[in-house]
Amino acid sequence: MENGVVVCTDKLVRKFHVGRTELVALKEVSLEFRRGEFAGLVGPSGSGKTTLLNIIGTLDTPTSGSATVLGERVESLSPVRAASLRSRHIGFIFQTFNLLPVYTAYENVEFPLLLLGLSSAERRRKVTDALEWVGLADRAKSRPTQLSGGESQRVAIARAVVKRPELVLADEPTANLDAENSHKILQTMVGLNRDLGTTFIFSTHDEKVIRYLRRKVSLVDGRVAEDRTLEPGEVRSQKLE
Amino acid sequence: MLAFLAKGLFRDRSRSLFPLLTCAIGVSLVVVLDAYQRGAMDGMFRVMSSFVTGHLRVTTRAYAKAGTDASNDLALLGVDSVLAGLRRDFPEVTWTPRTRFGGLVDVPDSTGNTRVQSPAAGLAVDLSEASPEREILRIEKSLVTGHLPSASGEVLLSDDFARRLGVRLGDKVTLVSSTMNGSIATWNFILCGTVRFGILAMDRGAMLCDIKEIQQALDMPDAADQILGFLPREQYDDKLATRLASEFNAAHPGENEYAPEMETMRTASGLGSMFSLLDWAAALILIIFIVAMSVVLWNAGLMGSLRRYGEIGVRLAIGESKGAVYRSLLAEAFLVGLVGSAIGTAIGLGFSFYLQEVGFNVAGMMRNATMVIGDVIRARIAPMSYIVGFLPGLIATFLGAAISGLGVYKRQTAMLAKELGS
Ligand SMILES: Nc1ncnc2c1ncn2[C@@H]1O[C@H](COP(=O)(O)OP(=O)(O)OP(=O)(O)O)[C@@H](O)[C@H]1O
Ligand SMILES: [Mg+2]
Repeated sequence: MENGVVVCTDKLVRKFHVGRTELVALKEVSLEFRRGEFAGLVGPSGSGKTTLLNIIGTLDTPTSGSATVLGERVESLSPVRAASLRSRHIGFIFQTFNLLPVYTAYENVEFPLLLLGLSSAERRRKVTDALEWVGLADRAKSRPTQLSGGESQRVAIARAVVKRPELVLADEPTANLDAENSHKILQTMVGLNRDLGTTFIFSTHDEKVIRYLRRKVSLVDGRVAEDRTLEPGEVRSQKLE
Repeated sequence: MLAFLAKGLFRDRSRSLFPLLTCAIGVSLVVVLDAYQRGAMDGMFRVMSSFVTGHLRVTTRAYAKAGTDASNDLALLGVDSVLAGLRRDFPEVTWTPRTRFGGLVDVPDSTGNTRVQSPAAGLAVDLSEASPEREILRIEKSLVTGHLPSASGEVLLSDDFARRLGVRLGDKVTLVSSTMNGSIATWNFILCGTVRFGILAMDRGAMLCDIKEIQQALDMPDAADQILGFLPREQYDDKLATRLASEFNAAHPGENEYAPEMETMRTASGLGSMFSLLDWAAALILIIFIVAMSVVLWNAGLMGSLRRYGEIGVRLAIGESKGAVYRSLLAEAFLVGLVGSAIGTAIGLGFSFYLQEVGFNVAGMMRNATMVIGDVIRARIAPMSYIVGFLPGLIATFLGAAISGLGVYKRQTAMLAKELGS
């Protein structure tokens, strides 16, 4: 992780076999993300965004090329080491929220801390903090079915950041939300990025998200078509409300 | 972490309550079925041995050979000395002589002419005060009206039979039969009581009298068809019976076809092969049932895992290892299987206990049965009852989860994560 490089991919290729045919989802993707970035993978459906996020998140391994995440080589990481890396340093946010339905908001956020073996006092403090960051301290006891989509996604964000991970990967986090909730969520994440220094990598084709990005990596057909840093001013001016 | 997983298990009924109920119901059915089979078999054997074959039976060889065609002309002579010998050589066995006889029962009207006639199946046994038959045939309990024969000439009829003949206590009934030597015999009895054994074949047209009486009536002094032996335990012990029978037969060689021969219940009933068949059938039914239950439980485990791919995907993404997830699935299944099997066994034992103590009356369903069978079906709880449902229930639930949970390993982590929410 020299020079604050959190993620580095080098000629990353990921092929899938569907029946006889071979499908190349990522074609020699070489990218670098630094600590504190607020970056997005943008591109049409099927362009490889989720595939790339999965590899960065150690949920998947590349067919060839390499990916270094937080100093670990994904392609040679054992499943147990990968799980441990995820549990300590990586937070996930999914399109469909994916809260565990039988647990309360509080318990959902607590779960990653249980995996880390934190004491109950420590857990309580961190979970309370995280729920406050996302503005849901008063909904701690609610079950996912009692939460709106926007609230659910905010709980999911709290769950992703409660352990203060180095890296948060968010796969189309606003796809199931209306405009107002999307903006709330993004503002929450911008705040966490600013206050905690957490690196965020999104995948999205949602214009609302793109407006908040400080870096936009365009994927087309598994290739990096464009990699552009957006000026802070640009972000400001694009921000609504 | 364990507390956390347990919390989830308890809250998610489709994960705890439903598999638990499935398991408990399956297990209790197996337990009851097993106990019922054992009880039904016991009942059949008890009726068969008490009323027909004993656990051991001594007859002449000719009588044994004739099987169901055997008649009184093949009866055992010198019964008293044979009986004495048996009681001396096999003191642990209860020996008692019996004679079966057939014939017509003739009920005269006041003028002495036949009012009604009907074929009867007669059984003559030792009805004396100290006779073991009182216990073996449970005669006192079976008495519906009147009293046991105490004076000579007294006879019992089955209650239905007496009703059908329209005879009352104290009425005269005449037996028309044949002597041991084949000449016509008639004998006048006084009806002293009626009985109902709860055994259809006996209750339809049976006549029961003292063996001394029939020896006079059919001119067969010191003779009886058979001497039945009952082992100390109520349940038939084929090994012991076989050993005793071969001991007796080894000590009584000879080619005379009127010489005594001892048979076990298994051979005397002519059901030797049926015995083992029944054992097999019972085992087979049980196995089929257990397999069916296992498949259902396994399927329940499979459904559970499939339904939980989403949850599993999230847990993997959050950083649980596949091994940890798999182990937690196994632990849950073990817990559910353990509790479900325990509850199922308890319920099954409870119901079996009821069947064992109270029984289930099927008289109404079997009006036309001719089999020698009791009309109250009972169960018997045996040591086997405690595990016959419990182990399959636990193992099936656990294995179901173990095998279906392998999906967690086979699938790529990314795929599990991708199936989130869908
Ligand atoms: N497990 C898989 N097996 C086979 N093909 C796959 C698999 N995962 C992804 N693909 C294929 O790889 C390509 C890239 O998929 P990916 O999910 O990364 O796209 P995406 O950019 O996330 O699209 P979307 O915006 O629709 O989520 C697609 O053509 C997809 O069909
Ligand atoms: Mg995608």
